[in-house]
Amino acid sequence: MIIWMSQMIVPLIIFGMLGMGILGKRPVFDDFLAGARDGMRTVAEVLPTLIGLMTAVGVLRASGLLDVLGNLLALPAGWLCLPAELVPLTLVRLVSNSAATGLLLDIFGKYGPDSFLGMAGSIMMSCTETVFYCISIYFGSVKVTKTRYVIPGALFATAAGVAASIWLAGR
Amino acid sequence: MLNYLWSFMILAGMLWGMATGSLDAVTQGLVDSAKEAVTLGLTMLGIMSFWSGILEVGNRAGVLDWLSEKMKPVLGFLFPELPDDHPALKPIAVNMTANMLGLGMAATPAGLEAMKCLKEDGPGFEIDKTATSSMCTFLILNISSLQLVPITMVAYRTQYGSKNPMAVLGPALAATACSTLAAVVFCKAADRWQGRGKLCRAELSGPQRDENQVQRRVWEPETQKAQAHRTGRKRL
Repeated sequence: MIIWMSQMIVPLIIFGMLGMGILGKRPVFDDFLAGARDGMRTVAEVLPTLIGLMTAVGVLRASGLLDVLGNLLALPAGWLCLPAELVPLTLVRLVSNSAATGLLLDIFGKYGPDSFLGMAGSIMMSCTETVFYCISIYFGSVKVTKTRYVIPGALFATAAGVAASIWLAGR
Repeated sequence: MLNYLWSFMILAGMLWGMATGSLDAVTQGLVDSAKEAVTLGLTMLGIMSFWSGILEVGNRAGVLDWLSEKMKPVLGFLFPELPDDHPALKPIAVNMTANMLGLGMAATPAGLEAMKCLKEDGPGFEIDKTATSSMCTFLILNISSLQLVPITMVAYRTQYGSKNPMAVLGPALAATACSTLAAVVFCKAADRWQGRGKLCRAELSGPQRDENQVQRRVWEPETQKAQAHRTGRKRL
């Protein structure tokens, strides 16, 4: 079921979007070009961030400190049934999307994207958000400082996502 | 935040390399990673451009508007205290649907607009620094991640030689459903615990309050429909 969904999602969306465009008598190729140009711009804007953060992770790993940190966190992570290699990724995910991407790509490079760790990391990155970044921009924009139950709620949802990722990747 | 995190990673790595005498490996790691990042950028360029193009076709054909319209019953269930003509509902719907499609650029401005509308709804809105229940629900849902197709993840996996880069999509959808469900359950539980109306309705004046109660009654059958709609979609 899940494999079937994985195969169907992208073709279905492409089919649906193009179908809607043709039915609405839109100049679909021009629309596509405009969007593709935006996509290129997004990549161009993300690239410097990627270079900066991937080199930082590269330094951290080459020095051996990343493994040391992982070993330190292995014990508390074991209580939560979280693989030690995913602990830095989970923590960094809460504050920065791009830094977490750097860590994830490091896992891909080391264990491969199809390994259990690579798969769990991919799913986890897809089903969680940068909790503290989101809270600060949204509440900052309206000058709300008493956040009530937002932080526990957001962390609860994130924890559910992480647990689901590990369970789904293990199947 | 990122300033500290980033400089910590580099400085700590360098210091550790110095301490353990692996400084040349550290420099090599730096050069290799920089090269890796550029190769990755090139792979992403193709996939991301194509996907953004397709999404833009759908967007201009009115998919976003259509989906936002379809969101209304769901919003009635999530934000029972907002009357159905509340100005925040439109930006909330746009924000959520844009998030589902992964259109981050359309999602954030709509989300900020929604927060502004929700703020003006609260008592003493100019000076009030407390989040209303609607704000909490909106933000927790937003953070629970709504994205249906994480296409950047497919791009990353392709670059790292995955045998089936798309294999992540199904599990990601299931995991997103889990985190979003957890968010909804948490918000509903928090409402019951704290009394949802407290911060947004109790302090409003009499007539407005009555109006809201009438609205609530109007919304009730909608709520059941929304639930059916939601569970129906989950099963697909």
